[in-house]
Amino acid sequence: MSTAPAEISVEPRVHYLNVDYGIKSWLLTTDHKRIAMLYLASITFMFVIGGAFAVIMRLHLIEPTGALVEPETYNKLFTMHGIIMIFFFLIPSIPAVLGNFLVPLMIGARDLAFPRINLLSWYIYVVGAAFTMYAVVSGGVDTGWTFYTPYSSTYANTHVMATALGVFITGFSSILTGLNFIVTIHKMRAPGMTWFRMPLFLWAIYATSMIMILGTPVLAITIVLLALERLLHVGIFDPNLGGDPLLFQHMFWFYSHPAVYIMILLGMGVVSELVTCFSKKRIFGYSFVAFSSVSIAVLSFLVWGHHMFVTGQSIYAGLVFSLLSFLVAIPSAIKVFNWTATLYKGSVSYQAPMLYAMGFIGLFTMGGLTGLFLASLATDVHLNGTYFIVAHFHYIMVGSAVMAYLGGIHFWWPKITGRLYPDTWARFAALVIFIGFNLTFFPQFMLGYLGMPRRYAFYPQEFQVLNVMSSAGASILAVGYLIPLVYLFWSMRYGPVASSNPWGAKGLEWQTSSPPPTDNFEETPVVTEGAYAYSSEEAPVV
Amino acid sequence: MPWWSGFPIHPERGSTIAEGVDHLHYFLTAITLIFTAIIFATIFYFAVKYRRQSENDKPPHIAGSLTLEILWTLIPTLLAFVTFVWSASLYFRNSRPPEAALEIFVIGKQWMWQLQHPEGPREINELHVPVGQPIKLTMISQDVIHDFYVPAFRVKKDVLPGRYSSIWFQATKTGKYHFFCAQYCGAQHAGMIGWVYVMTPVDYEEWLSGGVKGESMAQAGGRLFGQLGCITCHMPDGTGRGPSLEGLFGKPVQLQDGRTVPADEAYLREHILNPRALTVKGYPPIMPTFQGQVSEEQVLQLIAFVKSLGTEERKPAKP
Amino acid sequence: MSEAPLALAHQFDDLDQQHEAGSLGMWVFLVTEIMFFGGLFAGYTIYRSLYLEGFVAGSHILNIKLGATNTAVLIASSFTMAMAVHSAQKGRRRAVMGFLLLTMLLGFTFLGIKCVEYHDKYVEHLIPCESVACSNLGLQFAPVEQALQEIQKQHAQLAHVELYFCFYFFMTGMHALHMIIGIGIMTYLLLMARRGKFNAQYYAPIEVAGLYWHFVDIVWIFLFPLLYLIGGRY
Repeated sequence: MSTAPAEISVEPRVHYLNVDYGIKSWLLTTDHKRIAMLYLASITFMFVIGGAFAVIMRLHLIEPTGALVEPETYNKLFTMHGIIMIFFFLIPSIPAVLGNFLVPLMIGARDLAFPRINLLSWYIYVVGAAFTMYAVVSGGVDTGWTFYTPYSSTYANTHVMATALGVFITGFSSILTGLNFIVTIHKMRAPGMTWFRMPLFLWAIYATSMIMILGTPVLAITIVLLALERLLHVGIFDPNLGGDPLLFQHMFWFYSHPAVYIMILLGMGVVSELVTCFSKKRIFGYSFVAFSSVSIAVLSFLVWGHHMFVTGQSIYAGLVFSLLSFLVAIPSAIKVFNWTATLYKGSVSYQAPMLYAMGFIGLFTMGGLTGLFLASLATDVHLNGTYFIVAHFHYIMVGSAVMAYLGGIHFWWPKITGRLYPDTWARFAALVIFIGFNLTFFPQFMLGYLGMPRRYAFYPQEFQVLNVMSSAGASILAVGYLIPLVYLFWSMRYGPVASSNPWGAKGLEWQTSSPPPTDNFEETPVVTEGAYAYSSEEAPVV
Repeated sequence: MPWWSGFPIHPERGSTIAEGVDHLHYFLTAITLIFTAIIFATIFYFAVKYRRQSENDKPPHIAGSLTLEILWTLIPTLLAFVTFVWSASLYFRNSRPPEAALEIFVIGKQWMWQLQHPEGPREINELHVPVGQPIKLTMISQDVIHDFYVPAFRVKKDVLPGRYSSIWFQATKTGKYHFFCAQYCGAQHAGMIGWVYVMTPVDYEEWLSGGVKGESMAQAGGRLFGQLGCITCHMPDGTGRGPSLEGLFGKPVQLQDGRTVPADEAYLREHILNPRALTVKGYPPIMPTFQGQVSEEQVLQLIAFVKSLGTEERKPAKP
Repeated sequence: MSEAPLALAHQFDDLDQQHEAGSLGMWVFLVTEIMFFGGLFAGYTIYRSLYLEGFVAGSHILNIKLGATNTAVLIASSFTMAMAVHSAQKGRRRAVMGFLLLTMLLGFTFLGIKCVEYHDKYVEHLIPCESVACSNLGLQFAPVEQALQEIQKQHAQLAHVELYFCFYFFMTGMHALHMIIGIGIMTYLLLMARRGKFNAQYYAPIEVAGLYWHFVDIVWIFLFPLLYLIGGRY
């Protein structure tokens, strides 16, 4: 088995999209592929809203005195931009869209372990998003996405409760998704698919799911305590009543730091798939990449204190967190080297997914290394709370995670929709996004070192030039994101019909038709070789 | 002036630690740019050199290389460790104020800074300091968490409610430097900014003694000590119901519950606002709390007064 | 042989795989619950170490007899739940229903005793709340004479005792919520058992619910000493 089937360009008879067109068949579906599509629609919607807030913010910051909105409004904008993008776009994006769609296909199963819980997780997401959107339209919230006490518990008079409730509810969506993935990967792999024959995307899903199930409950309890304090005015985080505002920060970051690894680990998983397919080579150092994913997940729980170096926590605690934060960078570096080495003596092609992957590797190197400035105690004192932090996390979350997400969407688009998108437009958009992104966020590194604090609705004159550069970049980036929206939609109706394996990729998902039938495979596949077995037996073994 | 001075990459170096921090920053910048360039260049090179010639290309089956894995694990680990040690030692050194630091007190509140010199002058959103002398800022917030940040000095610390935090710096050249609030604190967070004026010692003395003639912090504290009735229990000769406070500051105190704690600013503040938590051994727990009756500023004045007791600066308290 | 395919969900190859997946799923879910309660326990630990007298005072005010009774009740209910699972493995329908019912009864007993305790605290003005809305409802934290004596005996501060009761109500309340959900699940299982859905080949839902119930029990085993037994008595 495992030679790619002949490339026939015939659209299959019945598949998961056309099996039933009724609205109930979508809203009550238990098919993981349809649920992935439901998520795709919702998170795209939230991305547009969060992105709109970002555009307003960047336009506002062209003027040192603020060009567009009142400071109170600006404060609400950056808060809601952060909350929407993190909780309602980034955290669900790759797991809930690509993960839900691909995990059963990649392991050769008919569905996830718990399809109804999967649907429930989408509804929970929608309810959480509804609460948050209610907060947005009824006046917004201005605590920053970090909800630091005592501002959020005692002083803020915006819609903290509704937003906190929305985030709390959506957390359960994350937990259930992670739970589903873990059980599925443990119990439902196709015959012959051992752990070390799994594609690295599945290793990344597994590591990410670990973080989701271990970290999210702590965020849940933190938010509940915040809500209780706001409701009852008891002193959990209020120093006047014996409470400690820093306890909130410890509990909050205990989840929220691992959370950022939720966002990036899966991006890395996608890149492993893209780099191998578009070099037509197996990954360099498979087990090292796999174990790196797991060690990143483990280490991510030990570094939360690096968000609190200037809070007055003990110097010795600072030392421990700093050292661990340096160490967590190492597995990421190992991955970057392994991906690069995969291209060596490969057969490299430059379709859009590969452009996104290559952009990811470069931008992630930069974003990750700028993290070292923040892990380093002496420089973090100067950089904390400035635009350097903003630049660092946008390099990781936008320059890396979103690019990986887009690369994955493009790569698996033929499988998901059965259509090909126009690759010239896709490559053009990738380039526009790359340029726009760097122009937006590189100046922010410089702003940070020069001392401009973050979350400022207006700023001293001397920071204007860099701000204008950043805003110019943001407008280019916004255009770059709109282009795929257009042609991907277009392709669903007018794109050329895709074969089962248009990229010539390895992986079980490519062994079935595009789009797949509801039960994924005509018959359960049997796996006889490792992942990324691109070279045939005659090829020289090096 | 060189053409690039209009496009600075670091703030002015206004303190003794600024240059050290900048050097570490440049080292990290170099590592970042070099490695990013290496990765980008390698990818670009491989992508061009090994571009796909035909659909029938058969790349070789390369599983990996243990040597390379070890190499590119050890080298980053080494670099990380070197950076960590360098940074940690810099941080350690920068975190301990020298003994003879001049103390100034900072109260942050939404959305302004009040800076209090012990000699009496009080500033709003401005801080005058002498050059070439270590300055220790003891800070507290009256409401939410703020943060005091002077980019030119490369110092920053959160300013917390209910607890003192402190930073120190030594300015190296006269001039005027921004300070900012660097922890989001509500509507006018961006407006909670001001200027540090670094002056020559002579100018500073002149500035201190000029302006409005007022009482020093210790004098104000002494006045409060009488007004609030503290003097009735805390007699200087120790005959009152509470202990004498002569020479107390900085000494260890034994508490009822067995702990021994130093009588520093935090201790004194806690004692004024929450005496039951710190009942001193051998004394009845009858000291009333002054929470709600004194502002943070007044607490600092009382502390300044207690500090002055048993030293030459002591000014007698008049009820 | 012909009942098995009815219970087998389409994504699984056989009942064994389905059973294992269900069990693993419940274990993973319980891990998330441990992290959830763990956050609460962490907060509790920090404040207890800071304000020990307040926590001792609060703990002494609680009714240890009711707490101990509840512990016995819950342990008994874990036993009856285990018996329900055992009976299901043996395919004994009536025994399954009986033991499930017994477990639910014991669960209700626990909740009933909890209600009594909460009511007592309400009467003694020990509900922690400082907001205006609460005082309008007469829900202030103003301990009655007997409780105040204990507080003074421990030299504790009122604010700290209030913090203790915050944790007491939230932790036991969260626990009670999980019990109510557990009883709800058992009601559903009871109905399914009555309709003969379970047999010696297919009883996974009962086993999985048993896991959940044991977890709820274990949380209480931690809560009881941490809340009721601080600082020794007599």
